Amino acid sequence: MPDRPDPEELLKRVQDAETRARRARFKVFFGAAPGVGKTFAMLQEAQRRQAEGTEVLVGIVETHGRKETLALVDGLEMLARTASQYRGVVIEELDLEAALARRPGLILVDELAHTNAPGCRNAKRWQDVMELLNAGIDVYSTLNVQHLDSLREVVAQITGIAVQERIPDTVLERCDELELVDISMEELTQRLADGKVYVPDQARHATQRFFRKGNLLALRELALRRTAELVDADMRRYRDAEGIQETWAAGQRLLVGITPRQASEALIRETRRMAESLGASWIAVYVDFGKPLSDADRERLEAHLRLVERLGGEGIALPGHASLSEDLLALARSRNVTQLLIGRSGAPRWLDRIRGNLLTDLAAQAGRIHVHVIPTEHAESSTNLPRPVPSAWPGLGTLSLCAVYVALATGVSLLGFRRMELADIVMIFTIPILVAAIRYGRNAAVATSVLAVLAFDFFFIAPRFTLAVGDLRHLGTFAIMLILGFVIGNLTERVRQQAIRAQQREQRTLALYRLGEALVRAGDQTDTIASAVRAVEAQFQTRVTFYLPTAEGRLAQVDGLGPVDEPHRGVAQWAFDHGQVAGQGTCILPASKALFLPLKGARGTLGLMALQSEEGPLWREPDQRHLLESFANQTALAMERAALSAEAHATRLRIEREELRNALLSSVSHDLRTPLAGITGSATTLLEDPGVLSESERAALLGAIQEEAFRMHRLVSNLLDLTRLESGKIELRREWIPAEEVVGSALSHLGNPAEGREIKVHVDRPGILFHGDSILLEQVVTNLVENALKFSPTTKPVEIQVYGTGKGVSLIVSDYGPGIPEGFEARIFDRLFRLPGGDKRAGAGLGLAICHGIALAHGGRIQVNNRPQGGAQFVVSFPYDGEPPADLPEEI
Amino acid sequence: MSADDPLILVIDDEPQLLRFLQAALKSHGYRALTAETAEEGERLALSHRPDAVLLDLGLPDRDGLEVVNQLRGWCDTPIIVISARGKEDDKVAALEAGANDYLTKPFGTRELIARIGVALRNRMDVPAASPVIEFGDIRVDLEGRVVMRQGERVHLTPNEFKLLTAMVRHPGKILTHNQLLKEVWGVANLQQTHYLRVYMNTLRHKLEEDPARPRYFQTELGVGYRFTEA
Repeated sequence: MPDRPDPEELLKRVQDAETRARRARFKVFFGAAPGVGKTFAMLQEAQRRQAEGTEVLVGIVETHGRKETLALVDGLEMLARTASQYRGVVIEELDLEAALARRPGLILVDELAHTNAPGCRNAKRWQDVMELLNAGIDVYSTLNVQHLDSLREVVAQITGIAVQERIPDTVLERCDELELVDISMEELTQRLADGKVYVPDQARHATQRFFRKGNLLALRELALRRTAELVDADMRRYRDAEGIQETWAAGQRLLVGITPRQASEALIRETRRMAESLGASWIAVYVDFGKPLSDADRERLEAHLRLVERLGGEGIALPGHASLSEDLLALARSRNVTQLLIGRSGAPRWLDRIRGNLLTDLAAQAGRIHVHVIPTEHAESSTNLPRPVPSAWPGLGTLSLCAVYVALATGVSLLGFRRMELADIVMIFTIPILVAAIRYGRNAAVATSVLAVLAFDFFFIAPRFTLAVGDLRHLGTFAIMLILGFVIGNLTERVRQQAIRAQQREQRTLALYRLGEALVRAGDQTDTIASAVRAVEAQFQTRVTFYLPTAEGRLAQVDGLGPVDEPHRGVAQWAFDHGQVAGQGTCILPASKALFLPLKGARGTLGLMALQSEEGPLWREPDQRHLLESFANQTALAMERAALSAEAHATRLRIEREELRNALLSSVSHDLRTPLAGITGSATTLLEDPGVLSESERAALLGAIQEEAFRMHRLVSNLLDLTRLESGKIELRREWIPAEEVVGSALSHLGNPAEGREIKVHVDRPGILFHGDSILLEQVVTNLVENALKFSPTTKPVEIQVYGTGKGVSLIVSDYGPGIPEGFEARIFDRLFRLPGGDKRAGAGLGLAICHGIALAHGGRIQVNNRPQGGAQFVVSFPYDGEPPADLPEEI
Repeated sequence: MSADDPLILVIDDEPQLLRFLQAALKSHGYRALTAETAEEGERLALSHRPDAVLLDLGLPDRDGLEVVNQLRGWCDTPIIVISARGKEDDKVAALEAGANDYLTKPFGTRELIARIGVALRNRMDVPAASPVIEFGDIRVDLEGRVVMRQGERVHLTPNEFKLLTAMVRHPGKILTHNQLLKEVWGVANLQQTHYLRVYMNTLRHKLEEDPARPRYFQTELGVGYRFTEA
């Protein structure tokens, strides 16, 4: 019976079609982010339409003063905007009334998600657009993916920004044509950098956060996916309308039927692999016929569905209507599935006979949908693949064992010879044949049957104890025994082979699964390749090398061991250039000593995997071939993933660093200008002095210049240090340095601020060693001591103490100043942080941040507390990295 | 200014710095000669035979280090290198190539004049003529291998004594870690700066009043040590 469209569906479709005919065409230029060129694309098309004779009106288009865009507006009729006053600001909007009155053939309305100024008839621009469409005017508009209501939460999650302007998804669903305007992220980032993307001033900060590469990539994916979904929906609508039940092979889609059984897990993974290699999407479905499930089964089923989601498939639990096969096929047709996968039923064949076999039913009704049966139920197995070798001729050991079985059978028969018929004895002799067949295979069974015949003849056939045969009828018995051995042997052999094959498949699944797991855990490309090498070498017992293209496009060994070996260079290059397997055992240069598999990713061939097998070509056997291909594919995917994530990470770092630099610059510009003002002022006063300044006044001005210059010098050095520390590019030169030397060199560099001040130094034990970068360590001491001097009364001392802890050193700098106000103990180490109250003595808020950065770089920490006797106490710990050096080699 | 005043050749490409150096040198009784490129500097050094050279390491035409090597190829005029902070490696390289001292930008006139003074003095008195060296309350007899502090004998290990000898033979001059290591331990132990630091520490404990504020054996951060008599 051919499937008929559901009547209700049909009615709705007819209504839809009617509305569509009456309503004007609505086209949306859809993009992932501002700056991808939506407006530009819209204007280009509008120009084209105008050239074709359509009456085009520019309702509202924001050119943001971009030259290329302005040029495209040229020649198009522009609608005057309405201006309205709101809180003293003039806001220009689309003049809806004028547009409706003008009735052009096509109107351009930029920024579909725009919110209209208060006082307009519609709150949102998309409502204006609906009015225009209802009036029969074609509309072109633009939209960014983050404005879609349904994606609000996703976008907020990705970007951390709640989007204010949103439109209902139904608006987009009503558009007749959706054009995705897409550019590569590199290009967009470039355009941003070139200032080609319009960003309103007040939103600049938020926008910077928004335009991180990670965000952009995610938004782009959202846009692509949403477009694909809409297109997909379109196609489904069309198929429904035309009553098409045949699937279209536009894209591959896989459907796998699962059960709560453990075996389904392998089935799911197999489906995913197939889907991956086909570039297809996939669905896993459990058809529920209301049979009550045990708790364990329910749990496993849920785990299966979660696994499906995790592997990127779609998991569905479907209530069953008719029969399993019909429900599966109905879903397959409605979802445009091209390939259907099921697991092999574990039930015995006779049971299938009685209640119907799924596979038979499917095969009968599947039509164009391919049906695959995946074997799933196997015993536990080991890692190494046993090869399905046909049984060899049994060795001497096996033969003697077979002889023992025959001897046993002979012994038993001899014991019961008096009471038994010959026929019974024949039956007893079949037992060793059976045992040999099961344990050693066909050939052993045949050999055993020969032995059995000889023993039977010798011991039991008259004349007994000779091989002569008295009664020729016995020859028939012999023949039957031999045939029996042969048949049993063959049957058991087949079972054995099947078991071995099943085991191999299981192991292949397991091997792939393990590789997959290892690859997921691998961090970067090097890790990925190392995991792959390990997995492949363990699986195939061969030597594996990876080749990646260098910057010049030449292939080189991945571990830097140099180029491809001379005899292989041509094959390797061919495999890489063509993205096809080549070398040993393939049809391309099969005589090579190595096999080259291309690692194919979405962006082309990433490199080669080369295998050198001692045991001859791996490529000949289909099983091996599939496994190798799967390995190569998985590795390529993982490499691509690693590359992408590294790329995203690098971009994020770069942008963050840039933000940091900007923040620093803006806040220190003040601190830089203040001393400059002092210097300029003093210098000009001195230069322009007509001779009225006294000698002491001149000296004071000169002193001021010197002091301010010193201040600027400190500030600039601090800035440089901090930027270096925070950029993470600092290279620690750890050395073992006596505490006295660190403190001593810091004290000798203090200069002015320390003059006339008392600094007490206490090193707990002579010869305590710091383990760190001498210059950075000295800087910590200098900064802390300067800080202490600055904030404590001149009459009071500053104390430096150094204690060894065996695993590191603690440096303590204390003063008798006012201490740190409660609640600021952690924040004073923040960059640019100054205590509230605007203390004149405070610097730019960099010194302590530098100490913090240096302590962190050494794996240590810094903290501050107020001492009971008054004043602040800074404690910095510098742990050792490694064992302190042994005592001096020579001491007298 | 007379023709007998010591002649200082300044090689630097920054006009501001040249102007300041010329004025500062002149006001302290030196004659100044300036060059803006390595090329010109080397030519002037050859033709005028200056008493000391102030050399900026960042020159437009060539690496300053090359100039040090070049000059050392044919004369032993004291060279004082001028470099920026944070370029300790450059300083070490210049010192090991034969420069006598360095100044870190920005520096004051007092520091500049003091360094030039030390460099010129070092050139004039040939070192290690006398086997006995005295500084503060310390007396070192290099031949007898005896060190006295406030009239009492101080016990030094052989390596400490070698280190002390290396230092006092070059008063005012910076000795890099490598130079000292080579002199005390021979070439084999060039990587083991921490031994050097530890020996320097024990030496200070034995000879300095306050080892955390050394008077004689000063640390040049990231570069080496300097012995000063005062």
